[in-house]
Amino acid sequence: MAKLLPHRGFKKGKWQTSIDVRDFILKNYTSYSGDESFLEKPTRKTVKVWGKTKQLLNREFKKGGVLGVDTKTASTITSHKPGYIDKTNESIVGVQTDKPLVRGLKPGGGIRLAEKTCELLGHKPDPKLHDIFTKYVTTHNDSVFDIYSSWDEFRTPAGKFFRSEGIITGLPDNYSRGRIIGDYRRVALYGLDKLIAERQADEARICGAYMNEENLNKRVEFHRQIKALKDMKEMAASYGHDIGRPAGDVREAIQWIYFAYLAAVKEQDGAAMSMGRIDAFIDIYAERDLKSGKYSEKEVQQFVDDFVIKLRIVRHLRHPEYDALFAGDPTWVTCVLGGMRAVGGAGGRGGKAGRHMVTKTAYRLLHTLTNLGPAPEPNLTVLWADKLPEAFKKYSSKVAVASSSLQFENDDLMRKYHGDDYGIACCVSAMTIGEEMQFFGARCNLPKLLLLLINGGRNELTGDLVVDGLKPLKNRKVLEYKEVSERFYKLMDWLAKKYVETMNVIHYMHDRHHYENSQMALHDPEIHRFMAFGMAGMSIVADSLSAMKHAKVRPVYDKRGIAVDFKITGAYPAFGNDDKRVDNIAIELCKKFTTALKKYPTYRGAEHSLSLLTITANVVYGKYTGATPDGRKAHEPFAPGANPMHNRDTKGALASLNSIAKLPYAYCRDGISNTFSIAPQTLGKTSEMRTDNLANMLDGYFENGGHHINVNVLDRETLEDAMKNPEKYPQLTIRVSGYAVNFIKLTKEQQKEVISRTFHKKFY
Amino acid sequence: MAQCKNLTKTDKAKVRPINRATGMIHSFETFGALDGPGVRFVVFFEGCPLRCAYCHNRDMLDMKNYLKMSPKALIEEVHKYKAYFGKSGGVTVSGGDPVFQPKFLVEFLKLCKKEGIHVALDTSLFTSEKVIESVLPYTDLFMISLKHFDSDTHKCMTGVPNERILSNVRFLSRALSASDASNKKVAQQKRGAKSRTKIRFRYVVMPGVTDTKENLHALVEFLHEVKFELIELLPYHTYGVYKWKKLGLKYRLKDMKPPTPKSIQKIKKMLEKEGFKVLLTE
Repeated sequence: MAKLLPHRGFKKGKWQTSIDVRDFILKNYTSYSGDESFLEKPTRKTVKVWGKTKQLLNREFKKGGVLGVDTKTASTITSHKPGYIDKTNESIVGVQTDKPLVRGLKPGGGIRLAEKTCELLGHKPDPKLHDIFTKYVTTHNDSVFDIYSSWDEFRTPAGKFFRSEGIITGLPDNYSRGRIIGDYRRVALYGLDKLIAERQADEARICGAYMNEENLNKRVEFHRQIKALKDMKEMAASYGHDIGRPAGDVREAIQWIYFAYLAAVKEQDGAAMSMGRIDAFIDIYAERDLKSGKYSEKEVQQFVDDFVIKLRIVRHLRHPEYDALFAGDPTWVTCVLGGMRAVGGAGGRGGKAGRHMVTKTAYRLLHTLTNLGPAPEPNLTVLWADKLPEAFKKYSSKVAVASSSLQFENDDLMRKYHGDDYGIACCVSAMTIGEEMQFFGARCNLPKLLLLLINGGRNELTGDLVVDGLKPLKNRKVLEYKEVSERFYKLMDWLAKKYVETMNVIHYMHDRHHYENSQMALHDPEIHRFMAFGMAGMSIVADSLSAMKHAKVRPVYDKRGIAVDFKITGAYPAFGNDDKRVDNIAIELCKKFTTALKKYPTYRGAEHSLSLLTITANVVYGKYTGATPDGRKAHEPFAPGANPMHNRDTKGALASLNSIAKLPYAYCRDGISNTFSIAPQTLGKTSEMRTDNLANMLDGYFENGGHHINVNVLDRETLEDAMKNPEKYPQLTIRVSGYAVNFIKLTKEQQKEVISRTFHKKFY
Repeated sequence: MAQCKNLTKTDKAKVRPINRATGMIHSFETFGALDGPGVRFVVFFEGCPLRCAYCHNRDMLDMKNYLKMSPKALIEEVHKYKAYFGKSGGVTVSGGDPVFQPKFLVEFLKLCKKEGIHVALDTSLFTSEKVIESVLPYTDLFMISLKHFDSDTHKCMTGVPNERILSNVRFLSRALSASDASNKKVAQQKRGAKSRTKIRFRYVVMPGVTDTKENLHALVEFLHEVKFELIELLPYHTYGVYKWKKLGLKYRLKDMKPPTPKSIQKIKKMLEKEGFKVLLTE
């Protein structure tokens, strides 16, 4: 039998002469405007594989969250033998180590933390690894801390590390940064042999160039990338697949994409290891195979289901401290779905909306939440646009109501900046696939900065001096809006400098000691970099300033002269009520902070960007922050992301959404996260009405400029019951700031915080 | 009925409406998904001619807590939420009872109509035919709360007898049929004549009071008399009782329990058998 050409039947284009997956997709995808009636139930084989997986997941939960750790091997692309869940029944293969859910050790980020984690989990780390990673290999963590300890700027006047003051936290200085999306589709479309040859040609070009620092950097990186691609091929070969050649059908396309992703999660354990945008790409192969009769719809769904099962069991070894920040063991295998084609503009950027990009495979991926039940991963993200087909708006709303596992993001907004082939890293970070990446920078605690100002530069909890030479406020009895806000913005500048410098240190070292070889190999040779900063507690600072402006705020000082409480006389408009008296303050905070950050140059000329996103760290931030002038008591959690403070949004759900929709995306290019929870009975009387109402709500929110929304349709009572009887709710999934978690995997503290949030609720 | 003895002044109805051009607005619910079709901005008018024993918005009746708003100021508030209405949603005017402020109501409704915003009126229809005629051209949906078919019980439960309400419903139904007939003519000449105004009934199911055999029988008879889109069954609940306590008022029905889901389903099936469309929370 003659061998079928992998690109048979595809429309020709630029993609054949250069690496251009976008061109391939746009030339070949079939948009689908119909409803979900074509979808198929899981096959018997999938049911078996998922059944076994569920048993493993159950054992993992019962063992306290970690099924096993391979402490002997430093995990690399080729370090482990093949592993399977159910070899005879799984149609998509590959796991991170040689057994599913057994976690690999990736000491390149930091050996000490990895060892500590092993010990806390009751495993003995291998002394050989310790030797290697302390004597012969410098880890990312060690190299950053070497700089920290010899850098005066990074010490407080009291001699402590600035990072331990809780003002900038969660930085990837002792774990891997993540938030890089490889263009995993390239492996399927071109095969590794072609990609290796292309990168070798890139390397050769650089070899001919003048050897300055920039070109040397590139050479080193290209060389490492080529090795990673070769390793990837070897790893796939161990599973019996030759990914040197392009994928020949839909099953191979999915498998090739998965191998490329698997290489990334074998090599790296970055906070967020996202999948990118694969729906229309896979669909092209599915359509071809369905047309030729090679596979049936049922089989295509089986490949998608089996692929998703694999994405659900991606695991990394995490220190308990890390867990407290990013609860529930998230991996952020974020997959975007839908969106619109961009017409005009460079790469579609700034262009108009063209034909929609919803395909049957977007439905198939959403349908896994029905076939396999709800789950937090992959982090399915619907790219919403005004002109998406009604049927898809309805179906995705329906799935959100049923599963509370989806997030929605504004495609009309992001397409302007990133064209029509972007994905989301983590929760809300948009980047054009293969062309853009980011240096992840967690977030700073803005309320704590405000308290530093009020307390003359001292940490409100420890009393230690953090900022030198900060004059006390003129009016210490009543906080005056004008004085406090003006001086606060100046102090923001001080923070911005420290923040950018620290990020420069971290990412310089990360590139050197813990570079993402395989993921960067799946990028263009020239890339655009973002440096992603973040701020937590925006609504607290906005409300605090509003309280000073519209009511009277009197600090209560302790013996040390530190404000430990605030007495508020009179009412003030709070963020979340669509009231411009305070919403304008929130807008100004975003603008001023981004402007301050942009004053300080970044490593590799990265573009500054800012997010309003907390993950679940809003609980930890609250725990380590004293009382704030908005009336929040000491140690109380912050609101997540850009959300209004709990229960201060009193004018109903839409007023709350409108306030958040006003926040300027142009100044918050790394995303504005909003977590929205509503009781099902409040969303509508019947399930059909709930679906329609949610779709209309999303239309309105995005039309008004909203960027992102997590949708939870749940009862407080259900969550309370799940706290008491976790065994009854193994798959109960809820959206927290920017990702979804298994509710039962949260700590009690976090569960309580989720329950105490504003649940939009109303009865009749 | 035992609940009707020893009524205090606050339990008695306040019948005379307020006729001012400026509105007295109690509050808004920006995301109303339960008061009419689609996503709705619900505006709660202060004041009501009735004093229902089971009122769940008791805090809106005493003309004490309200914002003064001009029709223009109110429509500007609505503008903020227009993007969410889609094809199905709009504004629901509720309260209290909007017909208690007829002059302001009409002016506000005119503004909504001018902008093509779908308006639902949530009312007991305890008002005059004149008021009904004045709001009719600007209202897309009447959501009429039918309380009870025995006039004495009605008076006991709401402070007013039911004759006027029932005759108003009949009046409205006739008026709509007449305008439908004339619309049909227009529609034949010109395609796309405006969609007709509809009636929905809302019926609170209270065990032992509104779910009795006699009362349900009277309900069915009445429903056969008039033209309407659907009837919504609202199981009696106690979520509004705290408002009475907060105001220092005695809640007369403190022993009443919400109906069982089973009994509600029974009523739903019975009404459906009669050929009516029934809406009930799933």
